Amino acid sequence: MIRSRLKAQRLAFLFLLGCFFFNYPLLSVFNRGGDFFGMPPLYAWLMGSWLALIVQMIWVVESRGD
Amino acid sequence: MLQGWVIVLASFVYLGILFAIAWYADRRADSGRSLIANPVVYALSLGVYCTTWTFYGSVGRAAASGIGFLPIYLGPTLLFALAGFVLHKMIKVAKANRITSIADFVASRYGKSQLLGGLVTVIAVVGVIPYIALQLKAVSNSFAILASYPEIIMPAKAGAVPLFQDSALYVAMILAAFTILFGTRHLDATERHEGMVAAIAVESTVKLIAFLAVGVFVVWGMHQGVGDIFAQAAAVPTVARRLATADSPAAYGTWGTLIFLSLFASLLLPRQFQIAVVENVDAKHLSRAVWMFPLYLFLINLFVLPVALAGMMHFPNGTVDADTFVLTLPMAHQQEALTLLVYIGGLSAATGMVIVETIALSTMVCNDLVMPLLLRLPMLGLAARADLSGLLLEIRRWAIAVILCLGYLYFRVAGEAYALVSIGLISFAAVAQFAPVVIGGLFWKGGTRDGALFGLAAGFAVWAYTLLLPSFAKSGWLPDGFIAHGLFGIDLLRPQHLFGLTGLDEITHCLVWSLLANLGGYIGVSLQRVPNVREARQATLFVGGAEAAGLPGWHGSAGVADLLPLAGRFLGAERAQDAFTRHAQQRGLQSLHELPADTRLVNFAETLLAGAIGSASARAMVASVVTEEPLGINEVMNILDEASQVRAYTRELEQKSLELTRATAELREANARLRELDRMKDDFISTVTHELRTPLTSIRAFSEMLHDDPKIDLAQRSRFLGIIVSETVRLSRLINQILDLAKLESGRAEWTVAAVDVAEVIREAAESLTALFAEKHVTLELDASHPGLMVLADRDRLMQVMVNLLSNALKFVPAESGRVKVGAGGTVNEVRVSVADNGPGIQSEDQEVIFDKFRQGAGTTDVLTDKPQGTGLGLPISRQIIEYFNGRLWVESAPGAGARFVFTLPRQAGDNDQNAD
Repeated sequence: MIRSRLKAQRLAFLFLLGCFFFNYPLLSVFNRGGDFFGMPPLYAWLMGSWLALIVQMIWVVESRGD
Repeated sequence: MLQGWVIVLASFVYLGILFAIAWYADRRADSGRSLIANPVVYALSLGVYCTTWTFYGSVGRAAASGIGFLPIYLGPTLLFALAGFVLHKMIKVAKANRITSIADFVASRYGKSQLLGGLVTVIAVVGVIPYIALQLKAVSNSFAILASYPEIIMPAKAGAVPLFQDSALYVAMILAAFTILFGTRHLDATERHEGMVAAIAVESTVKLIAFLAVGVFVVWGMHQGVGDIFAQAAAVPTVARRLATADSPAAYGTWGTLIFLSLFASLLLPRQFQIAVVENVDAKHLSRAVWMFPLYLFLINLFVLPVALAGMMHFPNGTVDADTFVLTLPMAHQQEALTLLVYIGGLSAATGMVIVETIALSTMVCNDLVMPLLLRLPMLGLAARADLSGLLLEIRRWAIAVILCLGYLYFRVAGEAYALVSIGLISFAAVAQFAPVVIGGLFWKGGTRDGALFGLAAGFAVWAYTLLLPSFAKSGWLPDGFIAHGLFGIDLLRPQHLFGLTGLDEITHCLVWSLLANLGGYIGVSLQRVPNVREARQATLFVGGAEAAGLPGWHGSAGVADLLPLAGRFLGAERAQDAFTRHAQQRGLQSLHELPADTRLVNFAETLLAGAIGSASARAMVASVVTEEPLGINEVMNILDEASQVRAYTRELEQKSLELTRATAELREANARLRELDRMKDDFISTVTHELRTPLTSIRAFSEMLHDDPKIDLAQRSRFLGIIVSETVRLSRLINQILDLAKLESGRAEWTVAAVDVAEVIREAAESLTALFAEKHVTLELDASHPGLMVLADRDRLMQVMVNLLSNALKFVPAESGRVKVGAGGTVNEVRVSVADNGPGIQSEDQEVIFDKFRQGAGTTDVLTDKPQGTGLGLPISRQIIEYFNGRLWVESAPGAGARFVFTLPRQAGDNDQNAD
C-alpha cells in the first residue's frame, strides 16, 4: 500500500534514482560504440535500468509488512 | 485475402465487440458489480497514454533519432514512482469534490472560478485537437496502405483526395458516433464511464499484443534474435548511426526535457486525467498501477528499436515511411493475419485516444465553457428551466461532434505538413502549462485565482508564440518571415530564439520561456495579496487533506424543498431523488424529507451538482437558492489566520450592528406611535363617557324629580318629560354616531357604491330638513342647477354628510336673519359642493380642530342651556366618509363672516356611464 509513508518514501527514492539513471551525465558513460550482450551499450543500459526500476517498484509495492 | 471490405468488416466487428463490452460493463456497474473495480483494469486503461503516435510513431521516431523515442515513456515511469505523493492526493481531492475534468480541478482549486475553468478548457482544446488529427491521419493511412495489399504503396498526401473519398472523414464520423454512444448515454453525477473504461482496457491489451506480435515476428521470424539485428545494423553505415544517442550536450538537454514533459503529460493530458483521476474507482488501485503501468510502457517499447532497424534495412531506399514499418514489414512478408492484427492494434490505439480525449474535452467544454455562458444569458431563461439534464447531454454530444470535426479539419488542412508530425510534443508542451497551477495548487496554499489566471494565460501565450505559430509557419499557413527575423523584424523576438536564447531545440526553448512566464505569473501575482475566503477554503481542501474534511463549505442553509428541484433540473428528477435518499440514509434518516436544512445538506447538493455541471457552475447554481448567513467568528478563525480576513469579518459585524441600530430606531418610533394611539384611545373613551353622562345625568335628574314629587303640575311635568325625551334622542343619536364612527374607523362599515347624482342628493337632504329650517325661519338657497354631476359613492352616506353639513349650518346661523346657501359645481375631474352660512364664523385655529372627535368650535355652546348643540362627531364622520371616496372636506371661514364647508369628490369617469358597482 502506498498509503504507508515508508513505502511512499521508498518509491520517491526510486524516482530520484530513476532521474539519475535516465539522464546526463550517467548516460554519457554508456554513449559509446561497442557491444553489450549483442546490444549497443546505451540501449542496453536504458532498457536494463528501466526494467530494474520497475522490478524494484514491484518489490516495494507488493512486499508485506511495514 | 485482405480486400477493402474485409478490412472494413473487421473494423466494424472489432468496434462492435468493444461496444458490447462497454455495454456489459455499464450493466454490471448499474447492478453494483463493477467490472473495472480492480487494479489490473485500472493500469491497462492508463495505457490510453499510448496512441498511434506510440504504435506507429515510436518506430518512426526511432528510425529518425535512435533511442530518442524512449524519454516519452521514461517520464511516466518516474511520475508513477511519485504517485503516492501526487496522483494519490489528486484522486483523493477529486473524489471529495467530485471533480470531473482537469479544467474543473483548476477552477475548483482557485475559488471555483468559471473564468479559470474556461481558460483551461480553451488551452486544452487548442493543444489537443491537432493530436486528435494525428490519430485520424494514422487510421486513414493504415487503411489506405492495407487496401493496396499485397503491394506496398504509400498513401497519397492528405488533402489531395476529394472530400468524400477521404477515408479519414469516415473515420472521424464513425469515431464521433462511437464516442457519443460511449460517453453520453446518460448523465452520471460522478461523470464516470465504466463501460468506456472497460473498452479502453481491452483496447490497451489488443494494441500491446499486436505490437508484441510484430516484434516477435521481426526479431525471430525475419532474423535470428535481437543480437542478429544489431549486428546486421552495425554493418550498414546509415543504420548504424541510429544505434547511439547524439553526442552533443544539447541532445542530453533535449532528452531531459522530454522526460520532464512526458512526466507531466501523463498526468495532465485531459484523457490521462480522465482515466487516472476521474474514472478511478478506488484510490487503492493506484498502488498496483504504480508498477503495472510502467511495465506496460516497457513492454510496448521493447521491440521498437529492433523493428525500426529491421525496417530501415528492409526498405533501404527510403520509399517507405518509417512511421508505417509496423504495418509494412508483415505485409512485405505476406503475413495477412499479423497485418490485420497490427491494423486492429493501430485502430485500438487511435479509437482509445479519441474516445477518452473527446469525452474529457466535451465534459470540459460543456461544464466550463458552454453552460456558464448559457446560464448567464438571461434571454434564454435557462436559469428557470425545469429540467436541464437533457440539454447537458445534448451539449456534450454536440461538443464531441464539433471537436472531431475540428480534428478532421486540422488533418485536412495540415496534411503532411510539419505541424502534424511534431504535434505530439507540441500538445505535451501545451498541457505542461497546467503543471504549475495543478501541482502548486496541491502543495501551496498561497496560490490565488488571479495568479493562476495570469500564469496560465502567460504560459499559453508564450507557448503559442514560440511553438504553435512557428509550426503553422513551417506548414506554410503563415508567412515564415517572422521565424527568421522576429516579429516586426525585431531580432530579439524571433520565436525560436526568444531574447537571443540559442543552442536549444524548439521544445526545450519553448518550455524554458513558457514555464518561466507561467511560474513567474502564477507565483508573482499570487503573492500580490492574501487569498480571499473562498480561495483559502479551497486551498485548505486541496492542500490540507484530512484536517480539511470538517470545514463547512457554506455558511448558510437551504432545505430539501429548494435543493432537490435544483439538482433534479441537471441530473433528472429520478437520479436526484435517489441521491438525496441515499444521503438521508447515510445520515440515519428514514426519508429524504427528514433532512434538516443545514450546511451539510447544501455541501452535499453542491458536490452532487459539481459532478454534472462542474464545480464553478454548481457553486453559482447553489448560491441562487441558499440564503447565506454571515460567517461565524469560529469559522472565520478556523479557515484563516490572516488579519485582513478578520478585518473583513469585523466590517461585516459593524454593518450588522448598524442594521440593528436602524431597526431599533424604527421599533422605537413604532412604539411611540402605539403609545400615542393608546393615549388617544383613552382620551376618546373618557370623552365618550363624559358625553354620555351629560344627557344621562339630565334624564336621571328630571326622572327623579318626577318620581319623587307627585304633586308637580301638569305643565311642569310635560316640560320635564319633553326634556327627557329630547335628551334620550340626543343620547341615542350620540350612541349611533359613536357606533358609526367605530365602524368607519375599523373599516367594517358596509358601503354600497354606485353612481350618484350629487344634485339629487342635495335636493333630498334639503327637503328632509325643510321643516327645521322653517321652524327657525332660516332661508335655504339651493344652487343645484347642474344636473348630471355624477360621482361614485354610497348614496346614503353622502346623504348623511349633506344632512350633517346643513344641520350644522342651521345650528349656528341666527334665527330670522339666517341664510344658508348650498352650491354645486365641478371641473372635469371633480365635483365640488359647498354649504355656506352667515353664522359667527370659526377662528382660524379652530378650523382643523372641529374635524376632531368631540371637539367643537368656540362659541358653539348654547347660550341659554350651556349645553353643546351637537355631539361633536358629525364633522369627523363626514370627513371619514368623503375621504373614503377619495374626496376632501374642509372649511373656509373668518370670524364674523360666516363659515363655508366645502367638499370635493372625484367625478365619475364618462359621467353618464352605466352604474358601477
